[in-house]
Amino acid sequence: MDISKIIEELENVDPEVYDRIDQRRNVIKNFFNFSSKIAIAAVPVALGSMFNKAYAGSNVSGKIMGVLNFAFGLEHLEYRFYETALSKSGLVPKKDNINVIRDHEKAHVKFLQQTITAAGGTPVAEGGYDFTAKGLYPNVFTDYAQFLMEAQAFEDTGVAAYKGQAGRLKPNNDLLEAALRIHSVEARHAAHIRFARRINGFDTTVKPRVIGNDKTKGTPLEPIYKREAKHVKVIFNINNIGGYKTGNAGTSSFDEQLHMNEVLDIVKPFMA
Amino acid sequence: MSSIQNTSVEKNETEQQQTPLSFIRRDFLKFAGVGAVDVLFATSGCKIHSKVGGRLNPGKGDFSVLNYAYALEQMEAAFYEKVISNFYTGATEMEKYFLTDIRNDEIAHREFFREVLFLKKLTKLEFDFSTVNFNNRSSVLNTAKESEDTGVSAYNGAGKLLDVRLFLKEAGKIVSVEARHAATIRNMISYGDFAGDDIINADGLDVVQTPAQVLAKADKYFKTKITVQYLPTT
Repeated sequence: MDISKIIEELENVDPEVYDRIDQRRNVIKNFFNFSSKIAIAAVPVALGSMFNKAYAGSNVSGKIMGVLNFAFGLEHLEYRFYETALSKSGLVPKKDNINVIRDHEKAHVKFLQQTITAAGGTPVAEGGYDFTAKGLYPNVFTDYAQFLMEAQAFEDTGVAAYKGQAGRLKPNNDLLEAALRIHSVEARHAAHIRFARRINGFDTTVKPRVIGNDKTKGTPLEPIYKREAKHVKVIFNINNIGGYKTGNAGTSSFDEQLHMNEVLDIVKPFMA
Repeated sequence: MSSIQNTSVEKNETEQQQTPLSFIRRDFLKFAGVGAVDVLFATSGCKIHSKVGGRLNPGKGDFSVLNYAYALEQMEAAFYEKVISNFYTGATEMEKYFLTDIRNDEIAHREFFREVLFLKKLTKLEFDFSTVNFNNRSSVLNTAKESEDTGVSAYNGAGKLLDVRLFLKEAGKIVSVEARHAATIRNMISYGDFAGDDIINADGLDVVQTPAQVLAKADKYFKTKITVQYLPTT
């Protein structure tokens, strides 16, 4: 195996890499504009040990603050979605424990709010939502099947969204670790929602894992799975890797990421 | 317009987090740079055989972290291979599908690490599952639950130990699949327990464990013993 081969492989993994380099000048310009707008206050004295450790002697960068607020906005959306559903009588059966997910999202909202504030930032204000997604899910809060379908879209998007930000948080290992710990909870939620759709009989073939485009081809949900659909390759070809017959594992064994702009495009119809 | 849509500065910034080629190169050369030295020594076999106190030592830096993940994936794959070879009494069709899917994912993970580690990989490890009754549903599923939850906590703890961002990215793609497995197994044992209070804390955070904490739990399954004492800690 030679190095040029591997670089070539990396380009296969990330085919848009050249497009992005062209945009770098602009990106860096915007990044600095953004940083200068963030008022990074002195770190408050009374903080938990994690924040002390994370921020002592240095301010969190505008880039990291952007990630925290992005996550905060997504968690708010999810929390409000589940909270609204659970307020409708007769929609959510007790056995499916959707309230557990609601409670986790609520905890994430609070955790991120505290983290952002402790780092001297301002949590982004909560906006209004349109959970019908401009008519895509007209009966989301009366039809349980629709509700679960939308929940699955949110959870799978959330998993991919956190994944896409891990590298940005790397300069701050405490925040990276916290984000990873939220990320795996979102993945548990995603698996459960899929499980629930199956055992409630709404989709008798859906699995807790993501296979290819997950039958979303041509639907508004397809962008969530855009990389899943084309990736059986993570540096190496994962399909039947090592000569093992692993069925769909070529696509399902690695969950793919979504970039921030892609996530914002996906959630846009759900915003009032 | 809503609030998160309004964060246009973040939106404009977006492209930056997508790995530019220069970063990939830098990361890769960092990786390959270490590897190149080893190529000189690797003409006769490419596996790690060095032992400390009778335990295989998985190397240094990112390699050791990847080998740690490789060891855990070998364990999980070996476990599910055994489960699939002879399903426990009373396994439903859905359970068989799901367990086979998980086996396939774990094999893919194992083989991925085997190929990534190339010259720096641990040898093929042997395992001891004699504490598991493979005919018994509860024994199998509870072992699976422990193994998956531990795997999630291991990746959650390993992320910050990786210096090469490419590896962090790939580990991130694996950990959520492990979390999906964990939730699935937990739901199979007790529907609705996909993310119980025993693993998710009041902040809504999943478990995180250091390699030493993970190995303390998993060591009983390793016939070929490994050590994690030389792994990075930050």
